[in-house]
Amino acid sequence: MFDSTWLLAVSDPARPWTWAFVGITFALYLYIGWRSRVKDTEGFYVAGHGVPAIANGAATAADWMSAASFIGMAGLISFAGSDGSVYLMGWTGGYVLLALLLAPYLRKFGHYTVPDFIGARYYSETARVVAAICAIFVSITYVAGQMKGVGLVFSRFLEVQLEWGVLIGMGIVAFFAVLGGMKGITWTQVVQYFVLIFAFAIPSIAISSMLTDNPVPQIGMAASDISTKLNEALLELGHAEYTQPFTEFDRLNVFCITAALMFGTAGLPHVIVRFYTVRTVRAARYSAVWAIIFISLLYTTAPALGLFARYNLIKSLHGAQIKNVELIAADGTSEFYSFPDQRDDAQAKIAEIKERERQSKHTPETLVSFLLDSPEGEQLDWAVQWQRIGLLKLDDWNQDGKISLKLMDVIDDSGKTVKRSERASIDKDIIVLSTPEVAGLPPWVTAIVAAGGLAAALSTAAGLLLVISSSLAHDLFVRFFAPHASEAQRVLIGRIAIAFGIVVAGYFGINPPGFVGEVVAFAFGLAAASFFPAIFLGIFFKRANRTGAVLGMIVGLLFTLVYIVMCTSHKVLPIFFDAPLLTEDQYLFGIRPQGIGTLGMVLNFVISIGVSLVTAPPPDDVMELVESVRIPQGSGDAIGH
Amino acid sequence: MADSEKPSSIPGNAKNYWYANLKVVGVLLAIWFVAGYVLSIFLVDRLNEFHIGQLGFGFWFAQQGSILVFVVLVLVYALLMDYLDRRYQVGNRE
Repeated sequence: MFDSTWLLAVSDPARPWTWAFVGITFALYLYIGWRSRVKDTEGFYVAGHGVPAIANGAATAADWMSAASFIGMAGLISFAGSDGSVYLMGWTGGYVLLALLLAPYLRKFGHYTVPDFIGARYYSETARVVAAICAIFVSITYVAGQMKGVGLVFSRFLEVQLEWGVLIGMGIVAFFAVLGGMKGITWTQVVQYFVLIFAFAIPSIAISSMLTDNPVPQIGMAASDISTKLNEALLELGHAEYTQPFTEFDRLNVFCITAALMFGTAGLPHVIVRFYTVRTVRAARYSAVWAIIFISLLYTTAPALGLFARYNLIKSLHGAQIKNVELIAADGTSEFYSFPDQRDDAQAKIAEIKERERQSKHTPETLVSFLLDSPEGEQLDWAVQWQRIGLLKLDDWNQDGKISLKLMDVIDDSGKTVKRSERASIDKDIIVLSTPEVAGLPPWVTAIVAAGGLAAALSTAAGLLLVISSSLAHDLFVRFFAPHASEAQRVLIGRIAIAFGIVVAGYFGINPPGFVGEVVAFAFGLAAASFFPAIFLGIFFKRANRTGAVLGMIVGLLFTLVYIVMCTSHKVLPIFFDAPLLTEDQYLFGIRPQGIGTLGMVLNFVISIGVSLVTAPPPDDVMELVESVRIPQGSGDAIGH
Repeated sequence: MADSEKPSSIPGNAKNYWYANLKVVGVLLAIWFVAGYVLSIFLVDRLNEFHIGQLGFGFWFAQQGSILVFVVLVLVYALLMDYLDRRYQVGNRE
């Protein structure tokens, strides 16, 4: 951008702060990882011992709350309004299932991985392999969501396109995952929890104080008239009220998505594994208590932030005055046109760009970025920043030199009349990151949020990559291809598995099937349809046997996976498909891909129970195993650590 | 299962513990279902006729209240199981 107009470019005041905070927190994680490692080799740190329930609770909360919870969720709620409840209830309600139905028993069982449990309980290598494959699919889908989140933070603050942000993120995640690979990860995650909750609380408290005069967002949201004001503003702009239910999803989909998220949450292998690091079954129960307390701090704040963010966005963007427009070509050069003098030239040029893009779909696009003044006359730098990396697109359909958020009839590319506002598109994942700027908070707040988002993504990605690595290396590869591999070879295979996981996840981070929160929702659907029934029946239904469980998992996983891929084929595999194979009006019973895991789970249950009942019961030693996991007594150290 | 001792010295005890456990889990999950599905999804629009502060009760319960209920459920479960562990003497001595 070294032409003469570059001086006009808006510099990002948050950038030096971001470098500082991200640098400090990363240094802290490295230091802790390194210290735990040293202790580890000296034998001071044996998994479980010395990790008190409260610390394990914080680590579990960090493991659990990913970029989806931190970056994605408030944004999704912000646009889904009342129906955003699916994410809130789905993720916290699933935790109840995990704490009451699975965690204590799996802790008693005490082996390292979820496929270990399934392999032993269903006395079958096939069951173990199927479980390992399920774990890989679930975890890769989940990491993909994290990758987009990390990529988003980097692309915004390094001002590069999302693709580059994801690539940089891949490198950093790989580094931390390989480094922290061992148990030392627990203490890093404890610190990451405090970084992320602090980073979420600061802007929320500040915005709540500004908008509602109450510093507690949860109280401000209910006690003030902010929801009424937002409802009125939305009605005026032609939208449904924010607090009105079933505007984004219908009741059936709200039910299905909530259930898929809940049961999936309970079946997530990387979270279950956390419960092996405590000493007793009792400690596992209290870890769960601490974890849900820590989780609920963020989960009750997020809906308040979503509501405040939507209100602020409308207030600052609706009626914003266009000052000039910057056209950024793919090679980074840009042209400026000032408004209103050169408006006609600019509009002719924009029309020309649009025409070109319409004709050749896959050429890199020229970004159109408007420099705006808010209705109060303040320069909206944040809007420029997000437009420059293509995550916010504005338009001036009615050519009045102002941005209007009112829904109007617009003729789209295919010649159809559609309802749109002049906010042509917005990536919902930018809501949390931009909230402090939109609210006019100082730049260091934005930087804290960026560091918090990275903490959330890194802590989860590390846990997930370990699951991918252990499934590929420990459960699959070593068992079948290299049963006599030496310890060093096993470690090498584990590392290669991590690299493989990152590359695949990075690909889907660049070609995401949806927003961060939605991608993660797919992972939960897969977990609900595959793991939950197998583990649950394994504990609560003694008669469940090998054949039933294996068939149930295969059908549940395949059904859910195929449905999700068919609904998102144009996004997951853009090279092969221009349109989804299943469009919205062809959805099975009208169920969206995020909720299909519920149906997959029901199928899994029906098949597992039905087939188990018509085939031979499990052998006696398995019956005894089930008896023993049902009582806490005798839970020693976890095996396999 | 190198780490597990015999299930229990009194087999009947283990069985009774398990049934008591099922009862606890059953009751808590019934509350979970009412909070998460009945109040927050099936009845959300009707409950919106009542208000908490300026928000409809259904909306508030789905986005705030249900989460608080979930926290309490997990805590109550841990406390009740402590009691059952002691009563049936199946817990770990610490």
